[in-house]
Amino acid sequence: MAQLTAVLASTHHPFYYKATTSPLEERPPFAAEWRRKVEAYRETLTAARPDVLVMVGADHFHQFFLDNYPQFLIGRAERYDATFYNEEREFGLPKYVLDGDVELSRYLHEGLLDRDFDFSFSHELKLDHSIICPIITVRPEADLPVVPIYTNIFAPPLPSPKRFWQVGRAIREVIDAYPSDLRVAAIGTGHLSLELGGPRQFGEHGPDPEFDRNAIEWLATGNIDAILENVTHESMAGAGNATHGFMDLLLMMGIAGDGVQADYVDELDLFHTREMYMTWYPNGAPA
Amino acid sequence: MSTYYVDKFLYTIDRDPKWVQRYKDDPAGTIEAWEQEVGRWLNDAEETTVLSFTDAERAALAAHDYVWLFEHGAHFFLNLTLFIALYDEEYTREQGPLSFQREFGRKLSHWLGKEYPSVGL
Repeated sequence: MAQLTAVLASTHHPFYYKATTSPLEERPPFAAEWRRKVEAYRETLTAARPDVLVMVGADHFHQFFLDNYPQFLIGRAERYDATFYNEEREFGLPKYVLDGDVELSRYLHEGLLDRDFDFSFSHELKLDHSIICPIITVRPEADLPVVPIYTNIFAPPLPSPKRFWQVGRAIREVIDAYPSDLRVAAIGTGHLSLELGGPRQFGEHGPDPEFDRNAIEWLATGNIDAILENVTHESMAGAGNATHGFMDLLLMMGIAGDGVQADYVDELDLFHTREMYMTWYPNGAPA
Repeated sequence: MSTYYVDKFLYTIDRDPKWVQRYKDDPAGTIEAWEQEVGRWLNDAEETTVLSFTDAERAALAAHDYVWLFEHGAHFFLNLTLFIALYDEEYTREQGPLSFQREFGRKLSHWLGKEYPSVGL
């Protein structure tokens, strides 16, 4: 059977690339520390020696719009273009072409359908920064095939926090059952408290440091009960209008297991938002 | 309200550099052209006939009035991203990085502590 060697859940910050690759004199003062933290986090994936990446993110109105917006979607393509014009314009992100893993896509999709998770699917999917940011941070070689999974954290009505957790648990079951020798890593990105296009955006810190502290504690200890008790669409909106990206981190916690402690937890308080970097090793820490 | 159509405007303008430039240079004229060329277009044979702007929406879009758009349920991400495209460069040059984003937030400060208008349709 395939082995799930690492599960990574982190925030994604599209400014990281520019902050750490622009000429030294143009970099923000926190760029060096940010880069150290990201490179240390990258090691948690490298050590797991993955062959293929299941990547969870959310399309930010790049390919998908309100005429036809999927709640959960899996890519089934042989290759994926990535990075849209407006992401190059605003964040300076490079374009990529990533290989897909059609066999694992098909197995995951059918396995999820068998478990009553009725995913939409795409054979022509262009990936946005929710998947390219973690490529840049934890696998900058961009050399591994990917299976992209998109969730709706963006266009209400959204699936419930509980549903994100259940989807994560189901993805884990299917990966564990996959008849293959591949070493699989699951990488998902989302947000802690975050405000976009509202009065609390681009402050000195994230909009709700207390939510961030709790969220990291809940995720790091695998405390699904506390999350389902405390986190609703309304409470996330109270922490910042784009905080619903937390549900992708919750989905990753579901892939990691039930009540499982994270093996690696780090964070960085930045302007606008707090960064979080978390890794689980579901089958034991790499030697 | 036809918030969907407003969101469609913001979405389709933002993803095309030609339309971004047109909307920056001539907001009112661009709205009219967009309705003819993009707003109704489904493919070369099909068109949408059931969508249109209200006068208030048209006026807000023509005035680049992102505060009004926020207050009437335009999606926060589309509203932010497009107006960053229109204004960030000149604000950065004149007042420093992120100065437009911070002004955008300040202009909405009367919403602090209140429930924001829903972006659900």
